[in-house]
Amino acid sequence: MPDQEKYNEADPMAGAGTEEEEMQSAIENRQFDLGTMEGETLVKGERLADHPEAPSADERVVPRSLWQDAWRDLRTNPIFIVSSLLIVFLVLVAIFPSMMTSTNPLNCDLSKSQLGPTGGHPFGFDTQGCDVYARTVYGARASITVGVCATVGAALVGTVLGGVAGFFGRWPDSVISRVADIFFGIPILLGGLVFLSVIKNKSIWIVVAFIVVLGWPQLARIGRGAVITAKEQDYVTAARALGASNNRLMLRHILPNAVAPIIVVATIALGTYIALEATLSYLGVGLRPPTVSWGIDISAASDSFSVAPHMLLFPAGALSITVLAFIMLGDAVRDALDPKLR
Amino acid sequence: MGSYVLRRLLQMIPVFIGSTFLIFVMVHALGDPVNALFGDRAPDPAVAAQIRAQYNLNDPLWKQYVLYMGRLFRWDFGTTFTGQTVTSQLAAAYPTTLKLTAVAFTIEVIFGIGLGLLSGLRRGRLADSSVLILTLVVISIPVFVTGYVLQYLVGVRWGVLPATVGFDVTLRSLILPGIVLASVSLAYVARLTRTTVAENSRADFVRTAVAKGLPRHRVVVNHLLRNSLIPVVTFLGTDLGALMGGALVTERIFNIHGVGYALYQGIVRQSTNTVVGFVTVLIIIFLLANLLVDLLYAVLDPRIRYA
Amino acid sequence: MSTSSTSAQPRAGRAGTGTGPLLEVRDLRVEFRTREGVAKAVNGVNYSVWAGETLAILGESGSGKSVSAQAVMGILDSPPGFVTDGQIVFKGRDLLTMGKEERRKVRGAQVAMIFQDALSALNPVHTVGAQLGEMFRVHHGTSRKEAREKAVELMQRVRIPAAKERVGDYPHQFSGGMRQRIMIAMALALQPDLIIADEPTTALDVTVQAQVMDLLAELQDEYHMGLILITHDLGVVADVADKIAVMYAGRIVETAPVHGLYAGPAHPYTEGLLQSIPRLDQKGLELYAIKGLPPNLLRIPPGCPFHPRCPRARTICREVDPPLFEVTDETGTPVPGRASACHFWKETLHGE
Repeated sequence: MPDQEKYNEADPMAGAGTEEEEMQSAIENRQFDLGTMEGETLVKGERLADHPEAPSADERVVPRSLWQDAWRDLRTNPIFIVSSLLIVFLVLVAIFPSMMTSTNPLNCDLSKSQLGPTGGHPFGFDTQGCDVYARTVYGARASITVGVCATVGAALVGTVLGGVAGFFGRWPDSVISRVADIFFGIPILLGGLVFLSVIKNKSIWIVVAFIVVLGWPQLARIGRGAVITAKEQDYVTAARALGASNNRLMLRHILPNAVAPIIVVATIALGTYIALEATLSYLGVGLRPPTVSWGIDISAASDSFSVAPHMLLFPAGALSITVLAFIMLGDAVRDALDPKLR
Repeated sequence: MGSYVLRRLLQMIPVFIGSTFLIFVMVHALGDPVNALFGDRAPDPAVAAQIRAQYNLNDPLWKQYVLYMGRLFRWDFGTTFTGQTVTSQLAAAYPTTLKLTAVAFTIEVIFGIGLGLLSGLRRGRLADSSVLILTLVVISIPVFVTGYVLQYLVGVRWGVLPATVGFDVTLRSLILPGIVLASVSLAYVARLTRTTVAENSRADFVRTAVAKGLPRHRVVVNHLLRNSLIPVVTFLGTDLGALMGGALVTERIFNIHGVGYALYQGIVRQSTNTVVGFVTVLIIIFLLANLLVDLLYAVLDPRIRYA
Repeated sequence: MSTSSTSAQPRAGRAGTGTGPLLEVRDLRVEFRTREGVAKAVNGVNYSVWAGETLAILGESGSGKSVSAQAVMGILDSPPGFVTDGQIVFKGRDLLTMGKEERRKVRGAQVAMIFQDALSALNPVHTVGAQLGEMFRVHHGTSRKEAREKAVELMQRVRIPAAKERVGDYPHQFSGGMRQRIMIAMALALQPDLIIADEPTTALDVTVQAQVMDLLAELQDEYHMGLILITHDLGVVADVADKIAVMYAGRIVETAPVHGLYAGPAHPYTEGLLQSIPRLDQKGLELYAIKGLPPNLLRIPPGCPFHPRCPRARTICREVDPPLFEVTDETGTPVPGRASACHFWKETLHGE
């Protein structure tokens, strides 16, 4: 964000920050994936003034908070409704897979290897003769668990560290930002290939921990940027001038305003983490059998794709829909929280 | 500008050391490379000891790292336990991956910016919604799924393009893998371009350009797109690193013997030098790409002054 | 600005294009179709500008003054903005029915615009020389080198020091006043017949404001251009304008030659505006402010749109939307160029 701050400055000199900020700005321009870039727009958008000739606001309408406004917007947004219903459904399936199928995904019959869909087995059988439908249903648990836990972990670590860096600046900022740089220096798939191949017996938690370790810098940067933006707002300066303590400033004034972009980016990141888990499993460094995972099944099915495409397409479809649902949710939340798009 | 480049290069050093040391530690945790070398047979203790001494395997890890980095600066990446130099492995694998990345990058730039511009100019219309939905779908489907489906449909079923690459790397054979590798980044580029174009299309300077009586194409190219590309270029620069990482997956699907393949083999065979060498080069490329983007940023945006 | 003109059609015949006014806006209507509903930003506006004449359009933000100018320029954000009715006759031809390409050639070359905030109105990534030269390159097909020379000339014309050295600088490297001079230079580049200046000095320091206004007036006189000056600042208007149109809620509520208006406003809104100017001779008195807020354009009040804020409002004001009445002096003779959209203009003008 600092470069955008520069744009907004009427006086170019005011934008020239310290050396530290300058470097940071250069780095910050860098972390773009869907989540990040949408988050950046969000932070920036809140500062844009209205068009001077736009119709004036109705004085009789009681001003609503950002969140109330966003909620009013979301309730009528079909994308939000569809994606959140889907997510509720997927979470239920993850918790109670037996609700959807009575077949045991590990109960396989080699004689049925690679058979196509038949009655009672709508998705057919995989190479091991396991029921693809049952495996697809049970696979939701691994994906959702990894996605949710990794996101919560990365968001917590990222928000705390990013918040500290943004709020205190100076050396805590330098240290945290440099450490984040180091983790950013490692492309995530590459890191996965090297780090995860070390650990032989992988539980879900190892994969979650890995994603948190390489994922937090992204959220820390969003948090840092949002906190810096919030810190510079006039009302925060006012509160500081009135003698509010650091804790109070942080919790009452800055956090509530910094949290919106983090939520948006985290929601979208959740989708990408699910895809990441599947990709790691596909590369053979993620989850391992007997854990039932879409990534493992897709990987196993890929060799026989031309012979028995159903083995790949059903878990791949489930995976894609899950990722899509979270990304759509994040998209809808961003639209609702971004006043500029109204 | 010169001093800025120098400072950025200096600042890259701790990041470089941090990242490579992390990788170094992890790779050495892979297991005992000497045991791996001998496979199932128990190694002859004398031979094993000799190899350990030769590769400084008895030293503490940090010392091994320092020694390794020292050799690296003399362009010596060491040898594998089978006697092949890592430099020759790099020379064999990198050109292929760079070609693949170049193809993917070209596709990403042309179609990403094109679709984003189209979408941003027609905000809210059918073309815009289609691009938005399409890019969301592309982002949601993991690359390996897109890869297998396209490989099967385009390569096998319709036979339009070669389905696998193998050793004979031709431009034509790289088109399909290039599309697959570019797909997700392309979707991001399109969305980012759309956002900035839509934002800038209401900017005062675009209005001024219209008020000056400039023809529409000049307004769009010279003022709207020129300004909107600044963040897109930044993304493209950093994405080069991501493309190389993504190449791991794409290369596996299309049987391309590039960096991903070599790295994968290195991990399976627990060849420390291979893994560390390849990863180190990747990190250097990644960091240099970032530096390049910084400089490009200064060129594209005169408001940013690098003192 | 030579003599004060008491006629709405001064110096007729001096216009280079024959007998008519340079620009005539007839019953212009513009609306914004937003999610909340249709905002009627301009509701039947009429005005005219003659060559060499300065028309000041006065109003608060949201009164439709800028929107009507954007409609003339053809740079309305569309969607959501649409011109729904009216004519914009420039040199005898209706701009609204003109072909796109034809209209583009009018923009910049014959009608130019000066924007309020030069920092955001100039493209940050091109040098000012390139942006000035672009006018010549596009409209006249001038070569790059020649365009640069002309850019330097223009910068000298608007008195930017060291123009030759600074032609390769970027907008952010100039001070606010210098940037606005560049905007003016850009508008002047092709010596247009009409310049629309949208709050040209609002973003500037008070000391610089006067310099920029003087420069603008001087250049206008020299090139004998028509000038539409959009502002909310009555102080700026008094020195420069020939006639004034006051806008409120998307319509013109009063028109008058400049001195007539200052001597005696014929609309309570204008009266309020004049009373809200701080005056040295009334030191110590509380400054008057028009109570209330401008109306929501989505729900313009029935009757006279000003009635909720008007100290003179009576029942008729809530029911009947007043047309523009011709204003007469005490003897009943019409005052040329004066009109007021108030049921009680007589009381307002002649006191009561």
